[in-house]
Amino acid sequence: MTSLFPSITPVTSVYVAAALMMPHNLTEGTPEKFLFQFLPFPPYLNGIIIKMAIFGAKQVLWRSFTTVASHPLRVCIVGSGPAGFYTAEKILKRHQGSQVDIIDRLPTPYGLVRSGVAPDHPETKNVINQFSRVVQSGRCSFLGNIALGSSISLEELRELYHVVVLAYGAESDRVLGIPGEDLKGIHSAREFVWWYNGHPDGRNLDPDLKSTDTAVILGQGNVALDVARILLRRTSELAATDIASHALTALEQSSIRKVYLVGRRGPVQAACTAKELREVLGIKDLYIHIKEADLKTTPADEEEMKSSRIHKRIYELLSKAATAGPSQPSSGQRELHFVFFRQPDRFLESHDRKGYVSGVHLEKTALKGVGSGKQIAIGTGQFENLSCGIALKSIGYKSVPVDGLPFDNQKGVVPNVKGRVLSDNSGDPTSVENGLYVCGWLKRGPTGIIGTNLYCAEETVASVSEDVEQGVLGAATESNWPKPGREGLLRILEDRKVRVVPFSGWERIDKEEKRLGSLRNKPREKMTTWEELLKAASE
Amino acid sequence: MSVCTVIAGACEGSLACSTCHVIVMDMEYYTKLEDPSDEENDMLDLAFGLTETSRLGCQIIARPELDGIRLAIPAATRNFAVDGYVPKPH
Repeated sequence: MTSLFPSITPVTSVYVAAALMMPHNLTEGTPEKFLFQFLPFPPYLNGIIIKMAIFGAKQVLWRSFTTVASHPLRVCIVGSGPAGFYTAEKILKRHQGSQVDIIDRLPTPYGLVRSGVAPDHPETKNVINQFSRVVQSGRCSFLGNIALGSSISLEELRELYHVVVLAYGAESDRVLGIPGEDLKGIHSAREFVWWYNGHPDGRNLDPDLKSTDTAVILGQGNVALDVARILLRRTSELAATDIASHALTALEQSSIRKVYLVGRRGPVQAACTAKELREVLGIKDLYIHIKEADLKTTPADEEEMKSSRIHKRIYELLSKAATAGPSQPSSGQRELHFVFFRQPDRFLESHDRKGYVSGVHLEKTALKGVGSGKQIAIGTGQFENLSCGIALKSIGYKSVPVDGLPFDNQKGVVPNVKGRVLSDNSGDPTSVENGLYVCGWLKRGPTGIIGTNLYCAEETVASVSEDVEQGVLGAATESNWPKPGREGLLRILEDRKVRVVPFSGWERIDKEEKRLGSLRNKPREKMTTWEELLKAASE
Repeated sequence: MSVCTVIAGACEGSLACSTCHVIVMDMEYYTKLEDPSDEENDMLDLAFGLTETSRLGCQIIARPELDGIRLAIPAATRNFAVDGYVPKPH
C-alpha cells in the first residue's frame, strides 16, 4: 500500500511543487474526473491527489517491469528443427523480456528440414527463411556443436536456465526384431535419408547399389516413398538438387531397377499422404504395379474411408494407378511395386555371399478389427519369398533418452502432459518436473509434418507461460532468480574446450555451400563431414 | 479491406504445407471461389480443424467480387487441448 504513494524524494518534491502550481481542471468524462466524486477535498486538492495516485501507480508498474527486465526469462531449447524453432518464436512473442538459446549437436541448424526433407522437395524447405528470421531478431541465439549428455548435462542446463525445452526429435529406429535383421545390405530408412541428404553421421553408410537390381522397402509412409523415389528417379533430375554428391555418384552407378514397397495392411491403411503418392505415381516412364485383388475393401475399410478424407483419397489414387498404365513393363523400364498384406517374418541370407541379405521371407496377413474402427494385421500362416540385394526398413523413427530424463521406452517418448515433463511413466499428472518441457517428436512420437509442430509448440508454450505467470518456476527459493543463462553456458563450454558454432558460423557454412553449389548448377553443395563443417564455420 | 492479422505461411505459398489454412465463414463466398486443385486438396488433407468450407489462404486471390469475405483461422487442433487458456494480452 505504501508503494502506491511515491516516497518523498527530490524528484517527487519537484513533481509535488509543479502539481501545486498547475491548474487542475481534470477533463470531463475521463476516469480521473470520475474519481473526483469519491474524494472529500476541494476540487483543487482532489486533482493533485488523483494525479499523484496515478503517478504512484505508474511507479509500481515500472518497478515490476524493471524487475522483469533485470531477471529476464532465460530459456534453453535443445534441438533446432521445426519444433525447436516454432517454440522459440512463440516464447519470444509471449515473453517480451525473454532470452532464448537454441542448442543443437550439429554445427548446422534446422534438423530434419535440412537432413530429412528430400532433395527434390525444395519448396518444403522454404520454412528455413522464417526460422532464420527468429535468430536475426536478436533475442534468440543458435549455438551449434553442443551435445546434450556429453558437452553439457540436462541437470546443468536446468541450473543455468529457468526453462528448458527438449525438442531433439527421434534419432533412432524402431526395430522389427526378426531373424537376419543384422545381415549386410539391410539399412534403416533414416540412415539412408541421412546419407543422401549429407548428414555427417550418414556419410559412411556406403549402401551397395551395384550388386542387385531389386530393393525392398518395408513400410509405405512418406519416408518410404521418398526413398523409393530417390532410388528410381533419373539421376539427371537429381543432379540439379542439393543431394549429397557422394549419393549422386552412387545413384549414377546404381543397378537398381525394381523397388518394392511392402505394407502389412491394405491400401486403405497406407500411411503415405496424397501429394507424395501422386508424385511417385507420376514419375515419367516408371511402370507401376498394384494387384487389383488387393483393392478389395471390407465394410470396416469403407467406414475408415468415410471418416478420413486422407485415406479415402489415397485409396482412390492407388485404385486409379492399378488399372491405368500397361499390365507389363516395357523392356528396361524401371518398376515400382506396391505390395499389400505382407509382413516380414525373417530376412534370407545369400548362399554366394555369406552375411549378406538375399531376400525377405514374407507372411500373408489378414485384417482384424480391434474396435473404434481400427484394423490390425494378423498372420495367416502362408508365406512367400521376395528376392532383393538391399532392404530398407521404413517402419518408424524412435527417440533416444538421456541421463536424468524420464522416458517411456514402450512409446519412445518422454512422459508429459501438454508438454510439461512428468517425473515418471505412472501417468500421474501432478508429479511434474519443474521448468522442463518437451515439444515435437520427443513429445508426440515420430509422426506428422513440419506444420504439425506449429500446434505442438503452441501447446507447450502455453504450459510454459502458465507456469511463469503462476510463479511455479523456481518457486522454492529466491536464489533461483536470476539464472546465468547463455553467459553461464558458454563459460562452462569454454572450460570444456567445446567449439561452439554460433549462427554466424552456420552463415559461413551456408555461404560456402551455396558457392560450391553454384559451380555445379546446384542450389548448394552440402559439406558432409564434421571436419569440413567445423572448419568452414570458423573461417 | 481490413487486414489485422498475419497468417503463418511456412512454405511461402508453394502448396507444400497447410499452415495458412482458413475457413470461409459464408457459403455464399465459398462458392464464388474456384475449386481447389488436386495439389491444394492434398495439403488440405493434412490441415487441422478441416471444415466443409476450408481453403488454403495462399490460394485465395483477392478480387472485387470477394469484397466482404470473412475468414476464420482454426482455433486449436483435434490432438491438443488448449482448453480455455486465454493468453495474457501484452
